[in-house]
Amino acid sequence: MRMLSDIPIAFLMIAAVTLVSAVCAMSLRNLVHCGLCLVLTFVGLAATYLHLSAEFVGFAQVLVYVGAVAILIVFTILLTRNAEVTLSPVSQSSLVGLGIAIAVCGSLVLPLVTSPSLRRLPAQSLAPDAQVQRIGEKLMAQYVIPLEALALVLTAAMIGAVVIAMRDDPERNDPSPSPQNQKDTGSVSNSPAGTALNSSSSTSSSQRP
Amino acid sequence: METLDQIFVLAKHWLVARVPEPLAWLATILLSIGPLITVFASCFAITTIVERKALGRIQNRFGPNRVGPFGLLQPLADGLKMLIKEDLVPAQADKVVHLLAPFALVVPAWLTFSVLPFGRNMTVIDLDAGLLFFFAVGASSELAVFMAGWSSRNKYALMGAMRGIAQMISYEVPLVLSTVAVVMSVGSLSLPSIVEAQSAYVFGMPTWHVFTPWGLSGFILFLIAGAAEANRAPFDLPEAESEIIAGYLTEYSGFKYALFFMGEYLGLFAITGMGITLFLGGWTAPVSFLATTPSWFWFFAKFGAIIALFIWVRGTVPRLRMDQLMKFAWKFLVPLTLVNLVVAAFWHFSGTWQFPGAIFARWLLGAGFIGGAYVTLGRALHTNQFPPRVYAYAE
Repeated sequence: MRMLSDIPIAFLMIAAVTLVSAVCAMSLRNLVHCGLCLVLTFVGLAATYLHLSAEFVGFAQVLVYVGAVAILIVFTILLTRNAEVTLSPVSQSSLVGLGIAIAVCGSLVLPLVTSPSLRRLPAQSLAPDAQVQRIGEKLMAQYVIPLEALALVLTAAMIGAVVIAMRDDPERNDPSPSPQNQKDTGSVSNSPAGTALNSSSSTSSSQRP
Repeated sequence: METLDQIFVLAKHWLVARVPEPLAWLATILLSIGPLITVFASCFAITTIVERKALGRIQNRFGPNRVGPFGLLQPLADGLKMLIKEDLVPAQADKVVHLLAPFALVVPAWLTFSVLPFGRNMTVIDLDAGLLFFFAVGASSELAVFMAGWSSRNKYALMGAMRGIAQMISYEVPLVLSTVAVVMSVGSLSLPSIVEAQSAYVFGMPTWHVFTPWGLSGFILFLIAGAAEANRAPFDLPEAESEIIAGYLTEYSGFKYALFFMGEYLGLFAITGMGITLFLGGWTAPVSFLATTPSWFWFFAKFGAIIALFIWVRGTVPRLRMDQLMKFAWKFLVPLTLVNLVVAAFWHFSGTWQFPGAIFARWLLGAGFIGGAYVTLGRALHTNQFPPRVYAYAE
């Protein structure tokens, strides 16, 4: 068991930022603030990967999560509802919440600690061999089928999104949305963002004959 | 000549050696970051004045000519004015996010410079996955744009932010895909080694990537997508002043506005530097007998030339419409970059052709392929009638 003072200070700082931002992400009232805090958590995770000298994973984390997933979250929040949440939690009791938290955490941690891969690890930490070239070779040779399967799943998800976003009635050709009642910033954002999702599909489908 | 080439590296080593041993690491870091910030902040100042002068010239007017000789001290006056201006924040604005947004744009913009090779041995950090780092950090500027637009509580700001994000996400695809061809041919994501791969000379001529069919088309595609990624005219719709005031910058004033302004120019500089590194041979000289001139000189010469090109384009090309912008990215640029990948693969594998005139055959086939795709796509997307005007973001 290592003492706290043995842990590098950089790791402690990164861990503190990650944890605090994660707590903020679930406890703040404004959903956009939660999303932005979640981005900070993603950045903290990327920093952890970099700290473990897994360069490629760290940069991919930033590229995918900060560059794409965060934007997706933000768009989703703006598209679906107001940023201010009025819903009350399912249960006010802290005991129920604690029970759920323990159950979820346990179901995540248990497979990890009982995993046989943990015993295969060497006792002392090795410098990870995660060179980009090596990752590329592995992905293109050994793991090419999982990679292609993932690509297929993502493509299916994208087609699904386009189908959902596509206009249903064939009468209207213009991709502009019907005027909505615009009461506050939350619903104002509906119209521009809604067309942003539509624009890729509508320009291809509902343009002039 | 050797000393002149390495003068900045030697100066840094000399200075670090003067610092006491326990602080040497700090001196190394500061002496890498300090010059970088100084040089590109001055580049920013010089570019603003050159741009205003050149745009004035294009539009048949003088441009700034009051401050200092020929108006050359204008950037200084602008900066001073920005510093002492009142910082107005809307009463309804989300104060914290409103404050953080300019920093969220400027800090990643500075970070992207850390992997660019400005000269021989002049890369701040030589990362194994430098190219990936560049795009990963560059991608976070979308979030800054969103933060600025959302926190302002202003419809125009939000529209500008939405436009900005839609545009940046769309143009990131062709931008990254056009660089993949380079990665494929070099076999490395490290930027110094990409430059090294272009540093040979054949008959006194350089072997830059731009002198191959895929490199030429890739460079043009990269510049177009890069201009859009940096919100540069003709792709400056997020801040189209004739439609949505200033987009996400509407509610910014004073030094925060200056930071945004600087962030955008830094983004442009970073894209330019990356284009030079990937396609124009980085710091290598254009002809072999000039190879003894300092490497950093060539980098900044190319840098100036590309920036001048961007200014010229801004002065001459009108702004696109939003639907044209999206169509252009998804229907034209993305297919062309994919074709470009095929051409790059062809160029790579036909490198073993031995018969006389093989180079001409390779050029003809490669250029014919990409040119054919260009013409076919252009014909297919061209419609004679004007489509009805759709202001998808203004309703």
